Amino acid sequence: MAQGFLQIGVFCAILIAFVPLLGGYMARVFSDERVFLTPVVAPVERGLYRVFGVDPERGQDWKAYARSLLIVSTLFVALLYLILRTQGLHPFNPQGFKSGTWDVSFNTATSFLTNTNWQYYGGETTLSYFSQMAGLAVQNFISAAVAIAVLVALIRGIAARHGDGTVGNFYKDVTRIVLYILVPLSVVATVVLVSQGAVQTLGGTVGGIARGPVASQEAIKLLGTNGGGFFNVNSAYPFENPTAFSNLFQMLIILAIPAALPFTYGRMVGSRRQGWTIFGTMFALFIVSVVVVYVAERHGTPAAHAAGLVGGNLEGKEQRFGIASSSLFTAITTVVSCGAVNTAFESLTGLGGLVPMTNLGYSESVFGGVGSGLYMMLLFVLLAVFIGGLMVGRTPEYLGKKIEPRDVKLVSVGALFTALIALVFTALAVGTKYGRPSVFASGPQGFSESFYAYLSQANNNGSAWAGYTGYVQPNAPGNVGAHGVTFADVMGGFAMLFGRYVPILAVLAVAGSLARKKVAPVGLGTMRTDTPTFGFLLVGVVVLIGALTFLPAFLLGPVVQSLTTHLF
Amino acid sequence: MRKELIRGSIAVVVFTVLLGLVYPLVMTGLSQVVFPGNAGGSLIHRNGRVIGSTLLGQAWQKPVLDAAGKPKTDADGNPVTAPDPRYFQPRPSATGYSASVTYFANRGPDQAATAALTRRHLEAYLALEKPYDPGLTPARVPVDAATFSASGVDPDISKANAAIQARRIAAVRHLPLARVSRLIAANTDGRGIGIFGEPGVNVTTLNHALDRGAR
Repeated sequence: MAQGFLQIGVFCAILIAFVPLLGGYMARVFSDERVFLTPVVAPVERGLYRVFGVDPERGQDWKAYARSLLIVSTLFVALLYLILRTQGLHPFNPQGFKSGTWDVSFNTATSFLTNTNWQYYGGETTLSYFSQMAGLAVQNFISAAVAIAVLVALIRGIAARHGDGTVGNFYKDVTRIVLYILVPLSVVATVVLVSQGAVQTLGGTVGGIARGPVASQEAIKLLGTNGGGFFNVNSAYPFENPTAFSNLFQMLIILAIPAALPFTYGRMVGSRRQGWTIFGTMFALFIVSVVVVYVAERHGTPAAHAAGLVGGNLEGKEQRFGIASSSLFTAITTVVSCGAVNTAFESLTGLGGLVPMTNLGYSESVFGGVGSGLYMMLLFVLLAVFIGGLMVGRTPEYLGKKIEPRDVKLVSVGALFTALIALVFTALAVGTKYGRPSVFASGPQGFSESFYAYLSQANNNGSAWAGYTGYVQPNAPGNVGAHGVTFADVMGGFAMLFGRYVPILAVLAVAGSLARKKVAPVGLGTMRTDTPTFGFLLVGVVVLIGALTFLPAFLLGPVVQSLTTHLF
Repeated sequence: MRKELIRGSIAVVVFTVLLGLVYPLVMTGLSQVVFPGNAGGSLIHRNGRVIGSTLLGQAWQKPVLDAAGKPKTDADGNPVTAPDPRYFQPRPSATGYSASVTYFANRGPDQAATAALTRRHLEAYLALEKPYDPGLTPARVPVDAATFSASGVDPDISKANAAIQARRIAAVRHLPLARVSRLIAANTDGRGIGIFGEPGVNVTTLNHALDRGAR
């Protein structure tokens, strides 16, 4: 037990030591300042602007920014769908995989577009190297860059002092995020992962061993908080995550950007204390989830104990990670909207399984996905400011800007819509016969599976109680006869699209509204938002909204499971 | 609008080429040069053929013979196999240790089916090890020995598991227990930077070392 807590403690220490540095670097990138990579990258950057026909100095208002975002996203998802549906024609397909069916391809395309990376597809059994590289990995970069760009637009809106209403230039933001942040970090991460034994080859299957360009994809899968594995079992597979050290490295790079962004935010709004307050709030909720899942997994499961085993829960876990590092990974990948897994979530204990659900129930605001986590948390901040303003009886203000009724409406839509999608779609799946073919387990576990599927897809996380299936394949190479469970694929696809783009549009609208507002001077009655008191208020808002929304659903699944040792 | 569409299309093509082809292909070239063995999958060769990977667990089974001395087959015509007592046995696998088709066992914590499977793993382990370790009880069986791994190809077992199996290996192969223990130690991976994860005994490399007659 003590050794496990040592792992957790040392991990947190390493994290807190380096994320402020990365946060500062990103702030300089977003503010057009010179960084150490500028001499190398700037010529490429200027070349890309010329090819795109973009004037990087021209700002866009929030509507133009949103239009560019939606157009680029639509084109990308169309291309990805096309790649998956015509896979049989492409090069880099040593295993000779056929093209995908329409329903699974739709789910996979929306899944990678929205940074969800839900895996109804089986990586090593259905996707060619070309689909993985030119299809999925590209979206790993772009979906991450788009979410960070939306966040940066919101930060600019908040920070604007005498605004003309512009929130940045979409093409410029995405280009700079890809070139200065995602690609350099991915190159370094690829080399580290290969040094540990991760595979990187185009050589095809040898001796019954499937291989591929894994490490390059693994790097951005984690850094971009995407989470879609090259292999079906994701970061549990030794070719993706070979050693206990690579596992530590993976956990760090999942959290790297989401945990650094609050510091970026602090610098960009000119108050590092604001950054620390938000980071502290996220960190507090994160550490609680780590401890709960670790203690629960140490305790073991009713099924294993009934069979006569004594000890913790190692079912669906890898020996080299053990219970502590598996629990830590599980908490990290679900607070962060990553969804990479090194553990079978379906085999978590009842209480242990409640932790990923709760983390998703926070609407991925606790660190969350790159960009999307912090913009979601900033919506909660505005909500907390509004509630705090009501309590003290003053017009709510945030960093000198008045929060008006229209803003609060937009914030509410952005903060609550994903929860609505998750619950309504779960109800459709468990209340009709169409959801049933997907369910694997019996009893409350079967409900947990269904609920988690739509919760995870609506929140763009992508981790799964993997018994829930949208894809049926004979266990043979060449995926002959493979087909999808159309209902699950299509519903999941729409859950991801709504869960992604409704909040993005709400956030951009808030950014545009704030960008136009004049700054009021700080007065005696202004509520401070950079204090531990505000941190507590923020924790309260996040937890209360999550609890009020999801408690009944939690009760039907994991809570029942953790209260009884009954076997189903 | 038309201008936007053209601009967007150019961006989609350019990013796809840069991030989808240039990036992975350059990383492949670089990895093949700097870490050729790792990048290729840490393969184990024998007589020019690939027989496994040091990173992947594999089955160490032998065919079961019927009364006439012929290999037994099940109803589907597949050969029936049993754990080969000459080898350390890896953790149970839901995928038959497949290195080309991977999936989770997805055994829930409160499923009667999970309990039944775990009991079967436990009984199989006791049947194999108890003759060499008469004091072995279910409570003493390490949890890794009776639970499905996540990947289906977990190469590692716990040290406690290896120590129990060592008595069988020493007896069946007529080796001094001290030598088997030494081989176990030589094939044990420690924690990451001494702190993270759990020590694991790599069954794949350990069994190959035994076959090589390593000391």
